[in-house]
Amino acid sequence: MIANFGAVLGEWRTLGIGFLNTVWICALAGALSLALAAFVSTLLVSRRKLIRRAAQGAVDLLRALPFLVLLFTVYYCLRVIGVRLSAWICGLAALVVYNTAYFAEILRGAWAHMPREQEEAGRAYGYYGLGLYGRIILPQILIASGPVLGNQMITLVKNSAFLMMITIPDLTSMANLVQATYYIPFETLLVTVALYWVICSAIEGIVRATDRVAVVRSHE
Amino acid sequence: MSEPVVVAQQICKSFGSLRVLREVDLEVRAGRTLCILGPSGSGKSTLLRCLNFLERPDEGAVFLRGERVGFSRTAAGQERQMTDRELARMRTRMGMVFQQFNLWPHLTVLGNLIESPIHVQRRPRDEVVAEATLLLDKIGLRDKRDAYPSRLLGGQKQRVAIARALAMKPEVLLFDEPTSSLDPELVSEVLGLMRDLSREGQTMIVVTHELAFAREAADEVLFMDKGSVVETAPPNKFFGSPDTPRAKQFLQRFV
Repeated sequence: MIANFGAVLGEWRTLGIGFLNTVWICALAGALSLALAAFVSTLLVSRRKLIRRAAQGAVDLLRALPFLVLLFTVYYCLRVIGVRLSAWICGLAALVVYNTAYFAEILRGAWAHMPREQEEAGRAYGYYGLGLYGRIILPQILIASGPVLGNQMITLVKNSAFLMMITIPDLTSMANLVQATYYIPFETLLVTVALYWVICSAIEGIVRATDRVAVVRSHE
Repeated sequence: MSEPVVVAQQICKSFGSLRVLREVDLEVRAGRTLCILGPSGSGKSTLLRCLNFLERPDEGAVFLRGERVGFSRTAAGQERQMTDRELARMRTRMGMVFQQFNLWPHLTVLGNLIESPIHVQRRPRDEVVAEATLLLDKIGLRDKRDAYPSRLLGGQKQRVAIARALAMKPEVLLFDEPTSSLDPELVSEVLGLMRDLSREGQTMIVVTHELAFAREAADEVLFMDKGSVVETAPPNKFFGSPDTPRAKQFLQRFV
């Protein structure tokens, strides 16, 4: 078999667009879901039982769903009830909602393991409510959960391949286009795998770099 | 006599069916050092934590310079519970030093010192940093200014924690067994610093097991057992000829 990488590389523009689309939608979804998760995790530990239960229920439900099911639900069900959003918005929203559930659960876990005395020291020094969370608790649980958040980011990138199903021209979608045009699935998929690997390695690299900083800034 | 800074009256506190504090009274005047002694489980730490309402007393009242802690008055003069914000502001007037230091690990030494003065007390950053730097000189850790707590030794951590409390310019310092989790060879540097502060006229309430420190630095000793105040006396009197058999028994164990 003579591999036809020439045709694949000739379509570098097409694949490049897919690659960049995957990168930016994942980066944006990651950032938005981290911000949302920082809020949702406070609901997960709320002193009000009703809020806590409702938040935990929503998080558990989302984590029980396959991403594709959520994606179709957002994309098609909204249409049925007359809300027409672009595929981009639907895809981004589904990624954000789905990932928020995981991020929130990760942050809640890190919070549960944070020494209670830290929060108490914050209170003794005049913090309460949002200030206590934002300045004393959140920085510590972010530092503690860095590697796990990175892991979840990689899962997010992989889930983003499903966006092809709702016509978003992400990396998988563009790769599919290339392989169907030239009928060279093997070569195209190999290049696609390499590109996903680049993204995930970059995330790994960021995690490792931040971990070096984080280890100094945590409890021994 | 100087005016009272902290006054606690008839403090009661229970955890479930366990009565931890029974009608405890306490008073410390400006510039004085009060040492709270007593066997483990006598309620010393809980009493200290009731003073700044980290534990809310079930009964009784705490006053900081005559202002009731945890309660304020409405325009109509009725007493009401303080809001979180009011209570938080009041707590910054009492600097607390914990047994386990509880420095914030995500902040540098300087960051720990300036955190609350800047973000809670909203004092100007330049001024706070300048004062914090002087405090680091005072505790002899200026070179650790940009280090993170994980890189410090226990005694250094506790000195930083004391500086963190001082950075808020509190009206009283509350020490909760500040040397109990230190290796023996690190205790003296912390006690030395506390002795200096006491001599300089800092108002202090110290829960401790260090009898030598209490004897030397305290202006008054409050001895507790099983949640009650057994004896309050100047250190000479307390260590020389305590009134109660319970105090005698307690002191004998250390001779």
